[in-house]
Amino acid sequence: MPQAAPALRDKLVIAAPHLEHLLQALQQRGFTLIGPMLEHGDLVYDGLAAAADLPRGWTDEQEAGSFRLKPQGNQAFFGCTVGQHSWKTFLLPPRTKLWQAERQGHGVEIVPHQEQTPKFAFIGVRPCDLHAIAVQDRVFLEGPYVDPVYQARRRLAFIVAVNCTRAGGTCFCASMGTGPQATTGFDLALTEILHGLEHYFLVEVGSDQGAEVLQEVPHKPATTAVQTLANKLIQETTAHMGRHLDSDGLKELLYRHYDHPRWDEVASRCLTCGNCTLVCPTCFCNAIEDVTDLTGEHAERWRRWDVCFNVDHSYIHGGSIRTSAKARYRQWLIHKLATWIDQFGCSGCVGCGRCITWCPVGIDITAEVRAIRESEKEE
Amino acid sequence: MVSNAPAHRPQAAGLPTPMLPQPFQIQRVSQETPDTFTLVLQPASGTAPFCFLPGQFNMLYAFGVGEVPISISGDPAHTQILVHTIRAVGTVTKAIQKLKPGRVLGVRGPFGSHWPVAEAAGHDIVIVVGGLGLAPLRPAIYQILAHRAEYGNFELIVGARTPADLLYHKELERWRGRFDFRVHVTVDSASPAWRNNVGVVTTLIPRARFDPWQTAALVCGPGVMMRFTVQELLQRGVKPENIYISMERNMQCGIGLCGHCQLGPYFICKDGPVFAFDQIEKWFALREI
Amino acid sequence: METLLPILAAHPFLAGLESKHLQKLAECASLVSFNPGQMVYTEGQTATHFYLIRYGRVALEIHTARRGAITLATVGEGEFLGWSWIVSPHRWHIDARALELTRAIALDFSCVLRYCEADHDLGYEFMKRFAVVLAQSLRFLKLQLVDVYGV
Repeated sequence: MPQAAPALRDKLVIAAPHLEHLLQALQQRGFTLIGPMLEHGDLVYDGLAAAADLPRGWTDEQEAGSFRLKPQGNQAFFGCTVGQHSWKTFLLPPRTKLWQAERQGHGVEIVPHQEQTPKFAFIGVRPCDLHAIAVQDRVFLEGPYVDPVYQARRRLAFIVAVNCTRAGGTCFCASMGTGPQATTGFDLALTEILHGLEHYFLVEVGSDQGAEVLQEVPHKPATTAVQTLANKLIQETTAHMGRHLDSDGLKELLYRHYDHPRWDEVASRCLTCGNCTLVCPTCFCNAIEDVTDLTGEHAERWRRWDVCFNVDHSYIHGGSIRTSAKARYRQWLIHKLATWIDQFGCSGCVGCGRCITWCPVGIDITAEVRAIRESEKEE
Repeated sequence: MVSNAPAHRPQAAGLPTPMLPQPFQIQRVSQETPDTFTLVLQPASGTAPFCFLPGQFNMLYAFGVGEVPISISGDPAHTQILVHTIRAVGTVTKAIQKLKPGRVLGVRGPFGSHWPVAEAAGHDIVIVVGGLGLAPLRPAIYQILAHRAEYGNFELIVGARTPADLLYHKELERWRGRFDFRVHVTVDSASPAWRNNVGVVTTLIPRARFDPWQTAALVCGPGVMMRFTVQELLQRGVKPENIYISMERNMQCGIGLCGHCQLGPYFICKDGPVFAFDQIEKWFALREI
Repeated sequence: METLLPILAAHPFLAGLESKHLQKLAECASLVSFNPGQMVYTEGQTATHFYLIRYGRVALEIHTARRGAITLATVGEGEFLGWSWIVSPHRWHIDARALELTRAIALDFSCVLRYCEADHDLGYEFMKRFAVVLAQSLRFLKLQLVDVYGV
C-alpha cells in the first residue's frame, strides 16, 4: 500500500515489531546504533545490534544512593528511565587523543590526531538528556571557541528520543522544564504505548532526515485518540515526579549563600568521589595529559574527563584553591545551578536525577537546595 | 570606564589553532633572577607576525612534559619575536628552563583579555606590580610609553622581596632615567647597601602622584599583594571600575572548555585574566571560590 | 619663626590644620638636615623630637650581631618619622639612618605635648593624624610579615 511521505512535525504510529525496521534503516544509512542495554546486570548505553538488545521488559527503581533493575511484567522496550551512562560518553569521549608529536633534531613536529568520526544514532534519548545535549552544545559549539571533536561527532549524530511515560524515583525534569516530553532537538521522538493488548509507538518527526528514515518503516497516521492517550501518559508522568526542585530565583538564592552553614553540613557527608560529575550528562570538565614513550622521541596529548571534586582540579603552583570538601561541593552545586546560567545562559541541571541515584551516600541536590531555601524562610 | 573583552577570538575549524601548539624556536635566554628567566622566541618556520595585546598569555608546551600558561612580556609593537619571562617553579617550567637556544617550544595563543591600555588614554596611569607581576605588565608599559602624550601622569610602582628578585633590572634603571614617568622601586627587605625604598609595595601608593578621579590603575602580583594594593588604591579614591587586576588559576585549555580556571561565573582564560575590579569584586572577596 | 609656617603648612601630615594651631607647632619646630649615612637617631637614645620629612630618605634599621643592620622600612618625602616619643620611657627602639641628603622639620615632642594638653582641639587634630600614620604602618608591617612573594 503506497504511503504519503512523512514530513516534518508529522505524528505517526508504528507497531512495536517495526521498531526493528527503524533500527535497520538507520544501520543501512551507516549509523552505529547506541542505546540502553543490560550488561553485567547494569543498565548501560552501548552498541545495539538489534531491537532485541534493548532491555525489554525491565524497569528500574531509583532512590538516593540506590539503583535496582527488576522485571516489569510487560514487553516494553523502554521501560527503564536512565542509568549511570549518558550520551556525553559518545559526543565527548572520556579519553580523546588530540595530537602526537615527534622530536626531529632540535625541532618538534606536531600532528593533529586524525579520527574517523563515528556516526552515531542514539536510540532512546530521554527528554532530560536531549536538554543535556543542548546544554553541551552551548558549551562546546556556541561559545567563542568550538571543540572540534564534539562538533564532528555531534554534527553526524541522529537522535531518536523517547518520551517518558514513567518518572524515575530521582527524576525532577518537570521542575527544570526539561521533560517528560521532548519538544525539540530530535530527529524522531517516540512515545511507547502499551494499551490493553496493543503495543505501538507514536512517532513525532523532528527533522527532514527523520522523515526520510521513516519512509522505510511501515507506519500510519496517528489518530487523535492515540495522541490523547500519549499526552495523558506524559501528564501522569509529570504528576509522579520522584523529586521536586524549586528553581524560582535559584541563581540569586545561591549567590546569597556562599557562606551558608549547609555547605559544612553536606561536606560532612560528601566523600568527594566525583560520581555525581561523571554521571551528570552536562558536566564537561576535562584535563589535558601529555605523555611520551620510553625513548622520549614520541609525545602525545590526550584529553580525559576531569572532576571538580579532585583537589588537583584547582591546582596552581604552590597549592590548590579549593582544598576543603565544602568548597568543592559548593563549586559543583553552584556551578551547576547558578554560575552556569551566567556562563551559558541556561541551567547546568536538567533534572535527570543521576547525581542523586549514583551518590554513594545519597546526597540529594534537591534536598540541599531546599535546605538553603528554607533557611531563608526561618530568618 | 573601559571594556577589556578579548579583542579577537578566533574560531577553531578543525584541530589546528587554538588547540594545536605551533613550534617556536628559542633565540635567546637571559637570567633575570636566580629562578626566573626570559626567553626570546621566533616561529620555527615562516615569519608570520605574532600579534597580541598587553596582558594576554600563551600556553607553552615543553616536549613530552606538559603545558603551562605564561603571560607575554615583550613589546606588542615587535611582532617578529615573542618574549616570555618564566619562573621555574613546576615540572614544566623547570623543563623549559633547561632548554638552550635553538631548541623548540610549542606555543598556543594568544589567549584572554588585555589591559585597557588604549581605552585608558586621557587618564593618569598607575601601575603597581609585585614580584613576577611586572612581566605581564611590561607590554602595557611599552605601549603607554610609545603613546606617552596620550596619557596624564604615569607612575610605575615595583615591589619585590629583595633587590636580587627585581625583574628587568637594567630596564628599570633606564626607565628611572626618563623624565616622562616616575618609577618607584621597593623591596620587602634589604641590606644597608640598598639605597632605595624598603617596605611592602603598598607603602608607595600614598606617595604616588595621580589624580584618583582620573586614574586607571593596573595591578599584578601575588593574590595577597593585589588585595592589599586594591585597598590602598580605593582608599586614595581610585574608582573600583578603573582598577584592573590580573587573576591566576589552573588553566589547561586556554579557551574556556576545560573548566579548571573558573572563578564564580568567569573562566579566567577567556573572560580574564585581566578584570576590572568592580567586575569581580564579589568573587575576589570569597575564599576557596 | 614666621618663616617656618609655610613649610609646616606644606607638609602633608599637617595639611588642613588651622593656622592658630600651626603657629603653636611652629614654636616647637626647627629645620634639620642629615647627610647620607648620618644617624637621625639610635636605638636606646632618649627621644626628644619626631620628624616630618620634607625630602630625602631615611632607613629604619635593627642592628643584629650576625647579619649586621637589617632595614625594616624606609621613610621618605612627605612622611612622618619616629613615633617612639609618644609613650614612656620615650626611647627610640630602632635606628634611623639617612640614606641620602634628607631635610626635615624636627618637632620637640615635649613642646608639642604641652600645647596638645593645653588645647585639646589641637591635641585631637594631632592625634587623628597620628592614628592614620600608625594604622598605615601597621597595615604595611602585617603585609610584610606575610612575605607575599613566598606564597
